[in-house]
Amino acid sequence: MAIYFTRDHEWVRIDGPTGIVGITGYAVEQLGDITFVELPRPGREAKQAEVLCAIESVKAASDIFAPVSGKVTEVNARVESEPEIVNQSPEDEGWLVRLEIADVDEVKSLMSREQYEEYLGGLP
Amino acid sequence: MSRPGYCPHTPEQIREMLEIIGVDSIADLFAVIPPELRARSFDLPEGMSEFEMLAGMQRLAGSDWREIVPFIGGGCYDHIIPAVVDHLAGRAEFATSYTPYQPECSQGTLQALYEYQTAICRLTGMETTNASLYDGGTALAEAALMALRITGRKKILVDGAVNPFAREILRSYLANLAVEIVEIAPAGATTDRERFFAVLDEETAGVIVQNPSFFGGVDDYGDLAAAARRCGALTIVSVYPISLGLLKTPGEMGADMAVGDGRSLGNPLSFGGPSFGFLAVRREHIRNLPGRIVGETVDRDGRRGFVLTLQAREQHIRRQKATSNICSNQSLCALRGLIFLTALGREGFAELARLNYDKAQYAKSLLGAIKGVSLVTGGATFNEFTLKLPIDAATVVEKLLAEGIAASVPLGRWYPGMDSCLVVTVTEKRTREEIDNLAARMEEVVCS
Repeated sequence: MAIYFTRDHEWVRIDGPTGIVGITGYAVEQLGDITFVELPRPGREAKQAEVLCAIESVKAASDIFAPVSGKVTEVNARVESEPEIVNQSPEDEGWLVRLEIADVDEVKSLMSREQYEEYLGGLP
Repeated sequence: MSRPGYCPHTPEQIREMLEIIGVDSIADLFAVIPPELRARSFDLPEGMSEFEMLAGMQRLAGSDWREIVPFIGGGCYDHIIPAVVDHLAGRAEFATSYTPYQPECSQGTLQALYEYQTAICRLTGMETTNASLYDGGTALAEAALMALRITGRKKILVDGAVNPFAREILRSYLANLAVEIVEIAPAGATTDRERFFAVLDEETAGVIVQNPSFFGGVDDYGDLAAAARRCGALTIVSVYPISLGLLKTPGEMGADMAVGDGRSLGNPLSFGGPSFGFLAVRREHIRNLPGRIVGETVDRDGRRGFVLTLQAREQHIRRQKATSNICSNQSLCALRGLIFLTALGREGFAELARLNYDKAQYAKSLLGAIKGVSLVTGGATFNEFTLKLPIDAATVVEKLLAEGIAASVPLGRWYPGMDSCLVVTVTEKRTREEIDNLAARMEEVVCS
């Protein structure tokens, strides 16, 4: 399954007509201990780069943006009761939402893993 | 400039500053304001010395208003304040109006607020609350905003029997949001349930009722809370805290939020001065609760300590996406509330509520028996009830005031067609003589 990354440190893994969305290892390192994930209601629609949900860590609250446009079909309810799994396994068990992708061509504006790693290398 | 008093600038300094900015006089600074909008006169008396002022305040304190026996309620009530409240709340360690800005350095203040939160939760039958809000009206408005946030819906139903001042605050708070407020006019002096059930739907974010109502009627809103829940709407019950010593709590009714004004808990009337509001909710809604929340924790040596918790809801972290613009609380007034509740204890508090009920029942039986007077609140009441008089209520209030009795609140101001109705309040402070006197004078006035 192809995975793509945003400059705001979200990832989206393409799974048929849907995409699974989460935040990257770099993002959780920056955030520190995550204390709460505010998940969207299933059915919520977001355009690419619009706010999808929010994550609170010990001293900050950050918005998570939709990597691609779509409608939320499923959320990872486990992160509500165990937000620490986002820290422990950001790209796997700590996924956040599943989107029904509106326009798969939008992934062209995102980065591949190699591009993302290169992007991270260039960050201050 | 005859008496500079505390003016921080000398005439020389003022001239110097004006020279630097190139203006001739202070008046020129206001030139951009059209003359008709400028203050002409503040009509202030000449300045006074400290001792002249003190003598003036003593004159005021001794003047007629103290002689007037109040039967006024409508949201502000004349209750006892045990001396221990003034004594403890006056301690320098406590005398702050806010949560401190370096909160964890002030463990005593945080512990007091934590205990306050516990007391409010027990009082309302709710699971969690914040460190207090500004007053009852703003607490109600914040609760409505919470319901809108939690449900993502745009409609609020509010009972017309909710305090009109609180409803006005609610309207102000929601005025610039794309939100519909549906006011359900009361049927007589009670909540119009049929209309509530007809309007309540899956678009409704919150349902707001008050117990006892502005008319004084006591109700159980459990049926409404259950119906709201079935529609996915949240129920907000505004309560008069003293009544909870006797009545069913919002928690017991199945409400999602309880709000109210805390003045009755150890805070003086002070001509309408400072009070506090409380907003207590079910735990599942804590992330959407505005304001400061004090939590209990342990330090690295395992000792009990207190912190401000869940601050990511607040505006110093979440900026424009915070749950509210509320970033502080009414610490001192909330502290007085805590000391009041603690001093009375569970039994004392229940006894206080009972005294209010008993005395009001006595007054109700006397006043209701006056020829031409009838009770509008026919069912159960707490310490307030509504009378229908044979003549205009405002006239009666005015005549009784001349007799040294503040007979209470005429309803015509808010409820068209209720010009002859009066809400009478009888707290524990009213004596039998005062109640007998009210009844006798009232009889004279309405039968003359």
